[in-house]
Amino acid sequence: MPSPNALTLQEMILRLKQYWGERGCIIQEPFDMEVGAGTMCPETFLRVLGPKPYRTAYVQPSRRPADGRYGDNPNRLYKHMQLQVILKPTPTDVIEQYMGSLEAIGIDLRKHDIKLEEDNWESPTLGAWGVGWQVMLDGLEITQFTYFQQCGGIDLDLIPAEITYGLERLTSFLQGVDSLYDIVWTPGVTYRDVRYTDELQYSVYNFEAAHVPTLWKLFEIHEGEARRLIDLYADSTEKGRYPLLAAYDHVLKCSNLFNTLDARGAISVTERVGVIARVRKLAVGVAEAWVDQQAVVAASAEVAA
Amino acid sequence: MNFLLEIGCEEIPDWMLAGALEYLGGAIVDLTKNLRAGEATIRTDATPRRLVVRTEGLIPRQPDSEERVWGPAKSAPAPAVAGFAKKQGVDPSQLEILSDGKAEKYSYVRKTPGRATVEILAESLPQLILKTPFPKTMLWPGKGGARFIRPIRWVVALLDNQVIPFEITGADVRSGNESSGHRKLGAYRFPVTYENYEEQLRANFVILSADERRKRIQAVPTKYKCDNDLLNTLVNLTEWPTPITGNFDPSFLDLPGEVLTTVMKVHQKYFSVEGANGKLAPQFVAVTNTDGDPDGLIRLGNERVLISRFNDARFFWDSDQKRKLSERVQDLANVTFQAKLGSYLEKTNKVVDLVKELGGDAHAERAALLCKTDLTTELVKEFTELQGIVGGLYARTQGEPEEVATAIYDHYKPVSMEDSIPRGRTAQLVAIADKLDTLRGCFGIGMIPTGSKDPFALRRAAQGVVKIIVEGKLKLTIPQMLGADTALKEFFFDRVRYYFREVLGFKYDEVNAVLKAGSDSLVDVEQRLAAVQQVRPTRDFEPLAAGFKRINNILRDAVLDHNELLDPGRLEVEPEKALYYQYLDVSKKIGSLPDYVSKLSLIASLRPHVDRFFESVLVNAPDPGIRTNRLLLLRSILNEFSTIADFSEIVTTSQENK
Repeated sequence: MPSPNALTLQEMILRLKQYWGERGCIIQEPFDMEVGAGTMCPETFLRVLGPKPYRTAYVQPSRRPADGRYGDNPNRLYKHMQLQVILKPTPTDVIEQYMGSLEAIGIDLRKHDIKLEEDNWESPTLGAWGVGWQVMLDGLEITQFTYFQQCGGIDLDLIPAEITYGLERLTSFLQGVDSLYDIVWTPGVTYRDVRYTDELQYSVYNFEAAHVPTLWKLFEIHEGEARRLIDLYADSTEKGRYPLLAAYDHVLKCSNLFNTLDARGAISVTERVGVIARVRKLAVGVAEAWVDQQAVVAASAEVAA
Repeated sequence: MNFLLEIGCEEIPDWMLAGALEYLGGAIVDLTKNLRAGEATIRTDATPRRLVVRTEGLIPRQPDSEERVWGPAKSAPAPAVAGFAKKQGVDPSQLEILSDGKAEKYSYVRKTPGRATVEILAESLPQLILKTPFPKTMLWPGKGGARFIRPIRWVVALLDNQVIPFEITGADVRSGNESSGHRKLGAYRFPVTYENYEEQLRANFVILSADERRKRIQAVPTKYKCDNDLLNTLVNLTEWPTPITGNFDPSFLDLPGEVLTTVMKVHQKYFSVEGANGKLAPQFVAVTNTDGDPDGLIRLGNERVLISRFNDARFFWDSDQKRKLSERVQDLANVTFQAKLGSYLEKTNKVVDLVKELGGDAHAERAALLCKTDLTTELVKEFTELQGIVGGLYARTQGEPEEVATAIYDHYKPVSMEDSIPRGRTAQLVAIADKLDTLRGCFGIGMIPTGSKDPFALRRAAQGVVKIIVEGKLKLTIPQMLGADTALKEFFFDRVRYYFREVLGFKYDEVNAVLKAGSDSLVDVEQRLAAVQQVRPTRDFEPLAAGFKRINNILRDAVLDHNELLDPGRLEVEPEKALYYQYLDVSKKIGSLPDYVSKLSLIASLRPHVDRFFESVLVNAPDPGIRTNRLLLLRSILNEFSTIADFSEIVTTSQENK
């Protein structure tokens, strides 16, 4: 039964941003490209590398072409929103801080059941893994909590905590609605009003309309550009201004194209492993160059000082 | 003195608590071996957030120790003696001259005062803690930091309520006397003593004893289906467990019970509830980590989650029906079985061929063709543990013959040695073909299990084949199933031995004896084993086995032409003639006997003749002709009567006593 006092979706987002902002996080806006998860944004993937402490929080719309259901399924979305928090290094009271964020959005934890159940995370395309939990609130998974150990195949200098809230799930729980489409975005506007058309049209595109040869061509173009940039970095004479972020954009394009081709059923079993390895190679290439570039930048800053 | 160690950690995965406690208990026993008066009693406990070891009877200091050190010989020059004394930190006049048993030497008794227990513990505990073995550890807070299952956040270490001071290397955590309560109901930090430890925890909503937590879970009034694995998981996931009962709309009972139970147990960690009629009731029991649910909010939340899960399942069920299993076979080209072995479509084709090869009928072929298609359904993608079962349920709904549906449903069985085998011949054959194909494929590309590494669960697959063949009494032969792969055969026979010994309880020498005699059929092997087991306690059997072993040893050293034949005319003395005629008599009769028990009993009747032969006949006769003839007699007996079981493998009582 819908509960009238619950926060709207946008109020909840604002409260969480407020909460983490007060705890030293840079509040970023969503990354302006298609990604499968908040982890893939440079704000996480690149910032967790190297010895520099960093704290950030941002909402990231995350696209998973295979999860599209034409807007028919009440619990499944092609594009959902994650609220991503990175705390590097991890504060010792990180779990207490996280629980505080739930209180901040109106959950009285003394009246609810919260459990941290083992759930480790691995992304073969990013060469990344970590250990952690899924956080269960009254039987519902509301958050993924991960201590990153490796990213882009590189052991991390400082272990960050990554806290990923599934915003639609959390809001539907708080609002007591049975379908994600019934979530109140802001009074008088439902999630359906805002998002249904996206869900329908992208499902049609991803499952039916996407032109497979064109997607492959795009994949190769982006792969080529990423590869070219990564390869030229080593001999660059001006490493500090080398456009690795642009190289990474092309890696993300590849990742999304791979996901779309996969949803379209265009990647055979034998190809699949190979294509994942191609994307991973690019991600690892950018990560390695990035760590090097950060060291170069830090060294020249020291000289200047 | 009393000792208390509490390692406070962020939530440890439930299935790892037992292993960690076993290590910690043992490590503390070892560490305090010389630091206690009397026997060690160690108590270990754990909750998701703490690993606890307690013991009593420690002494304040290690006993002082004495060691005699030997120096130079009595005849050594003075500077050498002075050097030795200096090294010991004493005056040369304090040295004694004694014999070490060989020569007179300078010597000195070095006394080492025992160190304080608190000092030893403080020095050893950090490494002891960090060495706790976990299947997958993490590093924190960064390079040069510590490794543990999750970050350690506090440590209580007390010796008679005095803090044993140490730091967890790299982790910036110091030992103290402050523990931590339940995350929401208890205090964040509070001091404890050895005596009030459990009581203080309880006051802060932590029940230390796993048994007590288990009892609290079991105290729910609803009659739920107790599942011990789930119960243990819940005991290890909670510090203050309180069970609650929730309901769901009875209309969901239309969905198959398998689906409902899996959603409840695997995905939600709920117990399902049985009605009076033995069928599922529209209820569940959830175990919360709280002290109650006065406003019913937790129940409501769990009910809503379960309903949305059930709705998912119903949605998947309905949308899966749009395409029949038979229309999904080609889709398997997009599902990877194993990178080198290709897709499930390729696997399916191989399993179909194998089913034909093993003599399967049309139903078996059909089931083999469809058995993996449920991997492309939404329901199995969501609830992977229902693979096979969903295929079977769909096949039935879609009008496939009952045999086909059952074969699909059961083809992953048996999933353990306690699980039952597939129902009916068709299902058994499909299950065997699927497992054999996996075994053959993996061995073909060199993916052979080593040690604990067995990612494709090949041991379980081979064990399953053995169980199905023996329990189902299938006539398949080993060469039919395994082909010519010797590594696979060896692997398979390890599982065969394991099965007959550990599951069916035959003695290891019986299993060796029967397997060495050679049989291509496992059903036949079981019949022989049963016969050996039955005949073994009879008077003649083990002595005869000893006789066969003796024959075996004699023949091993003898040089005999394979073509040479026994010449009855050259049998000389009575005992060897008697043995020969008995041998003829037994071999003539044995063929007409109906079963292994009577055959073995008949063979056992040779025993007095064999004994008399060895008592009074010299095999190694001086005349080479006679000698050869005697050896030939023994060879005939051995060859003729070792075909059921190789008796020389039987370990006889007298041997065991040696």
